[in-house]
Amino acid sequence: MVTLVIDNKTVCVPEGTSILDAARTASIDIPTLCYLKDLNEIGACRICMVEVEGQDTLVAACDNEVHEGMVIHTNSQKVRMTRRVNLQLLLSQHEVNCVKCTRSGNCKLQKLSNDYNLLGAPYQKKLRPAPVDYSAPILRFENRCVKCMRCVQVCDKMQGVHIWDLVGTGSRTTVGTARANSLSSSLCTYCGQCVTHCPVGALEERDDTDHVYRMLADPELTTVVQVAPAVRAAWAEYFGLAPEQATPGVLASALRELGFDYVFDTNFSADLTIMEEGSEFLARFTHKDAYAWPMFTSCCPGWVRFVKGQFPQFSKNLSTAKSPQQMFGAVAKSYFAEKIGVDPKNMRVISVMPCTSKKAEAELPTMRDACGDPDVDVVITTRELVRMLRCSMIDPAALEESSFDSPLGSGTGAAVIFGATGGVMDAALRSAYYLVTGKNPDPDAFTAVRGMQGWKEASFEIPGAGTVRTAVVSGLGNTRKLLEVIASGLAQYDFVEVMACPGGCAGGGGQPIHDGVECAEQRGNVLWGLDKTSALRFSHENPDVQALYTEFLEKPLSKRSHHLLHTDIDAWQMPQNLG
Amino acid sequence: MSRLDIKTASKAQTVVDRLYKDMERRIASSPPGLCPIDMSLTFLQLCHAQSCGKCVPCRIGLGQLAALMGQVLDGTGTMLTIDTIEKTARAIVASADCAIGRDAAQLVLSGFEGFRDDYVNHVQHHRCLASLQNPVPCVSLCPAGVDVPGYVALVREGRYADAVRLIRKDNPMPTACAYICEHPCEARCRRNMVDAPVNIRGLKRYAVDHAGDVPNPPCEQSTGKRVAIIGGGPSGLSCAYYLRLMGHGVTIFEEKKKLGGMLRYGIPAYRFPREKLDAEISSILSTGVEVHTGVTVGKDISFEQLHKDYDCLYVAIGAHTDKKTGIPGESSKNVMSAVEMLRAIGDDVMTDFTGKRVVVIGGGNVAMDVTRSSARLGAASVTCVYRRRIADMTALPDEVKGAIAEGAEVRELCAPVRIEANEAGEAAALWVQPQIIGFADKTGRPRPETADQPEERIPADLIVVAIGQGVEIAGFEQTGIPIRRGTFMAESSSQIDNMETVFAGGDCVTGPATAIRAIAAGKVAAANIDEQLGFHHEIRTDVEIPAPHLDVCPPRGRVNTKEREAAQRKCDFEDIECGMTHEEACAESGRCLRCDHFGYGIFKGGRTERW
Repeated sequence: MVTLVIDNKTVCVPEGTSILDAARTASIDIPTLCYLKDLNEIGACRICMVEVEGQDTLVAACDNEVHEGMVIHTNSQKVRMTRRVNLQLLLSQHEVNCVKCTRSGNCKLQKLSNDYNLLGAPYQKKLRPAPVDYSAPILRFENRCVKCMRCVQVCDKMQGVHIWDLVGTGSRTTVGTARANSLSSSLCTYCGQCVTHCPVGALEERDDTDHVYRMLADPELTTVVQVAPAVRAAWAEYFGLAPEQATPGVLASALRELGFDYVFDTNFSADLTIMEEGSEFLARFTHKDAYAWPMFTSCCPGWVRFVKGQFPQFSKNLSTAKSPQQMFGAVAKSYFAEKIGVDPKNMRVISVMPCTSKKAEAELPTMRDACGDPDVDVVITTRELVRMLRCSMIDPAALEESSFDSPLGSGTGAAVIFGATGGVMDAALRSAYYLVTGKNPDPDAFTAVRGMQGWKEASFEIPGAGTVRTAVVSGLGNTRKLLEVIASGLAQYDFVEVMACPGGCAGGGGQPIHDGVECAEQRGNVLWGLDKTSALRFSHENPDVQALYTEFLEKPLSKRSHHLLHTDIDAWQMPQNLG
Repeated sequence: MSRLDIKTASKAQTVVDRLYKDMERRIASSPPGLCPIDMSLTFLQLCHAQSCGKCVPCRIGLGQLAALMGQVLDGTGTMLTIDTIEKTARAIVASADCAIGRDAAQLVLSGFEGFRDDYVNHVQHHRCLASLQNPVPCVSLCPAGVDVPGYVALVREGRYADAVRLIRKDNPMPTACAYICEHPCEARCRRNMVDAPVNIRGLKRYAVDHAGDVPNPPCEQSTGKRVAIIGGGPSGLSCAYYLRLMGHGVTIFEEKKKLGGMLRYGIPAYRFPREKLDAEISSILSTGVEVHTGVTVGKDISFEQLHKDYDCLYVAIGAHTDKKTGIPGESSKNVMSAVEMLRAIGDDVMTDFTGKRVVVIGGGNVAMDVTRSSARLGAASVTCVYRRRIADMTALPDEVKGAIAEGAEVRELCAPVRIEANEAGEAAALWVQPQIIGFADKTGRPRPETADQPEERIPADLIVVAIGQGVEIAGFEQTGIPIRRGTFMAESSSQIDNMETVFAGGDCVTGPATAIRAIAAGKVAAANIDEQLGFHHEIRTDVEIPAPHLDVCPPRGRVNTKEREAAQRKCDFEDIECGMTHEEACAESGRCLRCDHFGYGIFKGGRTERW
């Protein structure tokens, strides 16, 4: 243990503790900007500077360890003035246009600048001409970037994709795409973790709400909205509502208030995905020699981009089933359009997703199977939904619950857990068990795949089929490790679920941002709770899915299912130009 | 008013003069990987500030050049901007009145030769081609990438055995490098911005001298694979060490009687004591290496046989043949090559030079080695003859200084013309032609030219030729290993093109170079041989690096290593260098700025924990 004095308080902490952590254990907070626990402790912004007695220069609190007998002042005049100068320097290269920035009110730089009274600008303003690339679903605004390096670290350490890096040296050093000239020509998975870990508004989702407003306003169009499982666990956070208040029923009402003609649920197509993917798995599992193993889930577009870009040898292992978002679009513009007698060309499918990569998925040339138009027309993230609600003066706290529309608005407990790591596997196993044995297992028989651990393994016995060896990973950094181990032959699995974001979609790149707080676990628990209290907890028991098969698709893996619900993963390419 | 004044510097001038010195040191410690255009622009702005302002091209032109380069850097330039820069720079070179303007514009033109693609990339993609690959200067300049800040910190904490363990992760010959490394790590040491580079090699020597016996890490489980290494010098030994740790079987075939290569047969014992060398070699061999000495590949056993019998080969035969001067009389008796002389010493054959006048031809480190060894073998006088200036010698300045201190005469600007022999055919004198230093060649190195002076006779009883070594390629011509200009051609992975299982490295690929480069080649080869054999073993260490002290050591002199008194040390082959004292090692290790932690290092590339 090390004993030291911080702001006249004696503090005793284990050796190796940072000054910042030592102060926080004593309830003394030190302001930070670039710091992100365990991911970015590099002292780049020089805001967390503190004074150490006996030393001329200040010391960064985030990346330096305490030493025995230190006497530290976290808030002396010298410290305050130095932080202030560094903030002013940051602002000299910052496009201080908070009114136009979606992070206004949720911005570390803005808060610090307010607190440190930065009226008056002693330094010459130096912004850089930097056009924004709107072709990718993630946008980077050069003149908002504070070069905190969090995006670089998140992409390197958490996701292992290495898209962002420092570009150039000296005064012109900035963040850019490594080994590619733009994000859209890089191997970016568009997972959006860099966005949710940006302390300012330098990285953002591309805002597509304008398209939605236009569609809503067009009387010729029938608008159909689907909302992903994980959105319901997070959408009301910015409104300060607890999940018990902001129920899925309230969410349905909010969407209806926005003016959508049909308010549906991606849970429906999650159940459908389980029918298709579960059947596909069993078909492969009973003809083992004909397929490459393990089979990978394919519902996460970030993961699909990752495997295509980084481990193309494994792309044939992906399930051919489309993601729930895309299955929904294809069913809406065929089965449902026919049912209500609407020309699918006059139908617009809008998704609300916890995800930035879903925007790119909907734009793929292979996702136009129902009528030739894109099956999903616009994808907005949870954050964009919140923006739409605010713009439309819709206060969720004042809304009554209502139900989703029929028939694409129903979902089981097995569907809602798609938004949490392990959920797809859990749901698939529940139905696979049924499909083989004709009997339902205990819905909580597969708990070993749940939980926040980045890489989980479990084997399950399905009578009549054999032992299914499963693995569940979330976070692309964990995914890379898993694939390397599989490639080296050191581990063998039959079925692997991958979600690109740590904790799954609950922690997705399109979810509300709370700086320095990882919310995936808490939101995931909301979803597991919804499953627990669902009347139906097996995808194959979803009556509307059953009806869809009887009336339209015939059976899982039928010819029509293949046409609408499956896809050829090799029919599109990741950017090849890595110049 | 006085008619003349004594010139005294103003206070401002005194301070500016000091700043010039500071900037010289600062420029010298620029980290590798900076944007070359940004640096050129900065230099150009300095040049512009030096302008007296009299002439148009310099006063205005340099500023316009700077503005144009700024446009390129800011991403507002076009391809036309690049043309304008070049045209303007040429006009300034052509019309500036003095060197201030002319050489400033020349600096820009040199940039066009060196990094035009950088200009183009800035214009077309608004980004630089350069990037900091390894931000810790000492580590990035060490060919083997040894964790210098790590072991310096361990020395500071008194953890010498851990320091040795840490070094061995990247370099299995810490003792050799502690004694004889040319320490490229010190060249850009950031401490130079404050005062002077840290004496890194001196600290390493302190660590190895005080570490005691440090056992090697255990070898991985045997893979059953067998690798033959041809040549038991630093490169071959290093490769053997890592391959053994990875679990591969290793056999070294060495032509000479003993292992060590140039560490034994090139470097005299007074620089690297034999017992230290022997201890280092036996430490490496203790990992379980099979050794065959006195075996010449190509004579005693064929390359093809080895190729067939082993899963991979590493060729590291060094550069042990001597180069001839080609002057008349070179074949006289008592004319020997440096290689010959040092090889005998390496095998402990100490020829008596008592009473002899020795003349050494050459200006490299080997020339210094034979010069200083001759003195130790009892020579009455030793004269080192070199056709350029002492300042142009490739030998380390300390070596030259040491030789002179030990009584050697260094005759600069003397080109050997012929060797005069007596009736018995023995060398009697070396005739030299005085030179005048002339124009610089393309690299900026001035060339010697014949001076308008008569030849001179330097009497000699023994002449040693030390003008360079080559690779003994005889026996390897038929193997399929490509040879260019007398060295083997290998990829940067050490692999031989079109020969999957054959690797080569060290002096036989680079030509005569340094021990640390040979060691690094062995390390690289080991890693790639491991991959070639279908494995991915990782070399790592469990040594924990101490957290840095937070107080920055104020400017403080560098502790230079001292040498034994010249008159005494020249009488024996004992170590000439005195290691640091404990007090000195503490002070010197405290000067390290810990670039692994402070600066970019904590963000990226500060430490490579495994390879």
